[in-house]
Amino acid sequence: MIRSGEIPCVLPSPRGTDLPVLLPAAEVVARRASEERARGGAKLRLKARHGVWLFLAFVLFSGIAEARAGVGGPFWVMATLWKWTPLLAEGFMLNLIMSFLAMVIGTVNGALLGIAQISLMPSVKNTSWFVTQFFRNAPWLVLMFYVMYLVPFQFRIGDFVIPFPDWIKATLGFSLPVMANVSELVRGAIQSIPSGQKEAAESLAFTRRQVFWMIIIPQCVKRVLPPWMNLYAILTQATVLASVVGVTEMVTTAHEILGAEYEPSLLLPLYTYVLLWFFAYCYPIARWTMHLERKFAVEM
Amino acid sequence: MDVFWEWFRWLYDETGINFSVFYDPYNREKFAAAILVTVQIAVYVLFITTLIGLIGVWMQRSRFRLLRWFVRGYIELFRNTPKLVQLYCLYFGVSAFLPRVDDGTGLMAPIIGAFAWVLLAFALHYGAFTIEVFRSGIEAVPETTIEASRALGMTELQIYRLVLLPLAFRICLPALNNNYVFVVKGTSLAYAVGVNEMLYAANQIFTLDANVPEMMTVLLICYVSLVTVFVTFMNKLERALKMPGYGT
Repeated sequence: MIRSGEIPCVLPSPRGTDLPVLLPAAEVVARRASEERARGGAKLRLKARHGVWLFLAFVLFSGIAEARAGVGGPFWVMATLWKWTPLLAEGFMLNLIMSFLAMVIGTVNGALLGIAQISLMPSVKNTSWFVTQFFRNAPWLVLMFYVMYLVPFQFRIGDFVIPFPDWIKATLGFSLPVMANVSELVRGAIQSIPSGQKEAAESLAFTRRQVFWMIIIPQCVKRVLPPWMNLYAILTQATVLASVVGVTEMVTTAHEILGAEYEPSLLLPLYTYVLLWFFAYCYPIARWTMHLERKFAVEM
Repeated sequence: MDVFWEWFRWLYDETGINFSVFYDPYNREKFAAAILVTVQIAVYVLFITTLIGLIGVWMQRSRFRLLRWFVRGYIELFRNTPKLVQLYCLYFGVSAFLPRVDDGTGLMAPIIGAFAWVLLAFALHYGAFTIEVFRSGIEAVPETTIEASRALGMTELQIYRLVLLPLAFRICLPALNNNYVFVVKGTSLAYAVGVNEMLYAANQIFTLDANVPEMMTVLLICYVSLVTVFVTFMNKLERALKMPGYGT
C-alpha cells in the first residue's frame, strides 16, 4: 500500500524486499534483531579460542597473585584454589540445578502462554499478551527479588510442611522472565509458519486442533530449539545473580573463600577460575546451538 | 496532591496496607531520588555506549591492523563475559589498585565511586554490542552506493553524512533499539555494588517499615513502566524512521 508522501523505489517484488538497493545483509540484520527481541538477550557466540584466552588470563593472574602474596611457597595460589574446588563445585551444582529447574518451569508455562497468545478468544489473547509483555519488561534481578521476598519460606498444609529454601525461590524468580521469553519465541515461531500451509490443511478438512498439532507444532520445534538453547545458556549465566540475595551458589562461595583466605590478590585468579567453569559448561551448548541453526537453516 | 498522598495514610489506618512510600514525605523523596538515579544511569550509559560504538566502528574500519585487533579483542572480551563479573572485577579488583583520597570527612574514599564504576562497567559491556550493531548497519550498505555517490562528486564527508550514516542508522535501528532496551533493563544490577538506585532504595524502605509486599509491588510496577515507556518511544522512533518501501 502506498501512503501519501512515500514514493516506492521499485515495485514490490514477490519475495517482499522492495528495495534491492540494499544488500541482503540488511535483511539479515533485521531478522537477527527480531530474534534477539524475542529471546531477550544477545546471542552467545563462544569460540574455542575464548577458552584458551581465559585459561591464559587465569595463569597470568595466578602468577601475579603469587608474586604479590609472597606467602606459602610456590604454587600457593593453585594449591589454595584446588583446596576450595570441592566447595566451588558444590556451588556450581546449585547453579546448574537452578538453571535446569527454572528452564523446565519457564518452558512449560511459556509454551502455554505463547499458544494462548494466538488464541481466537480476545480475552485470552489479550491477557496472555499483557502477561508476556509485563514479565519481558521487568529486569531479571527485580523479578528475583520479588519472588524472594514474597514467597514464604515454607508452606503448611495441615501437619505437612513444604519447605521453600531460598534457592528454590530464586529458581521461581528466574522462571518468570524465561516464561515470558519462551512465550514470545513460541508465538513468533507459530506466526512465522506460512499461512498457506494452514489454509491448505483446512481445505483438506483438518480440524483446527489437527492443524495445530500435526502441521504447525512440528515445524515450530525446529525454529524454537536454537534460540531456546541460547536462552538456556543466558539463564545459566544469569543464575549468578542469586549471589546478590545470598543464595550459596558459586559466586557467593567465591566471596566467602575470599573472606576466609583474607588475601585480596586472590580475587582475579578466583574469578577467572569461576569463569572457566562457566565457559566449560556454556561452550558446548553454544556450539551445539550454532550447529542446529545451520542445520535447520538449510532445511527451511 | 496532598489529598492523594493522605489517602494512602487512610488506607494504612483502615486496612493495614502500608504504602509508606506515598504518605511518608521522607520515603517519598528518597524513592523519587532513587528513580532519578536509575534514569541517570540509563541516560549516561546510553550516551557513553553510543560514543563507544561510534568510535569503535570507526577504529574497526581503520587502515591500522593494531587498532582493528584492539577493537576485536575488546568486543570478544566484554561480549562473552557476564556483566556482574565485569562489574565486580572493576569495582573490587581494579579499584583496589587505585589510590585513595580524603573525602573531606577524614575518611579515605576510593578515587572513583560506585556510581562511576557502574557507568564504566555498563558502558563497556553494552559498548561492545553497540559497535557490532553499528558495524552490521554499515556493512549492509553496498559498496556500489558509495561508488555512485563518489561518481556524483560528493566528498568523503558528504558521503558519510548524507548517504552512508543515514542508511546504516536506519538499517541497524531495530538492533540498536534492542541494545538500548537491555541497557535500561540492566540498570538494576547497580544494586550489587550499593548504588542508591530504585531497587536499593526500595530495599532500605521495606527494611525499615516492614512492608515488603507493598514496596516490591511499587518497585516492580515502576521498573515495568519505565521500560515500557522507553520501549514504546523507541518503537515509535523505529516506525518514524522506517525507510519507505523497505521491509515488511
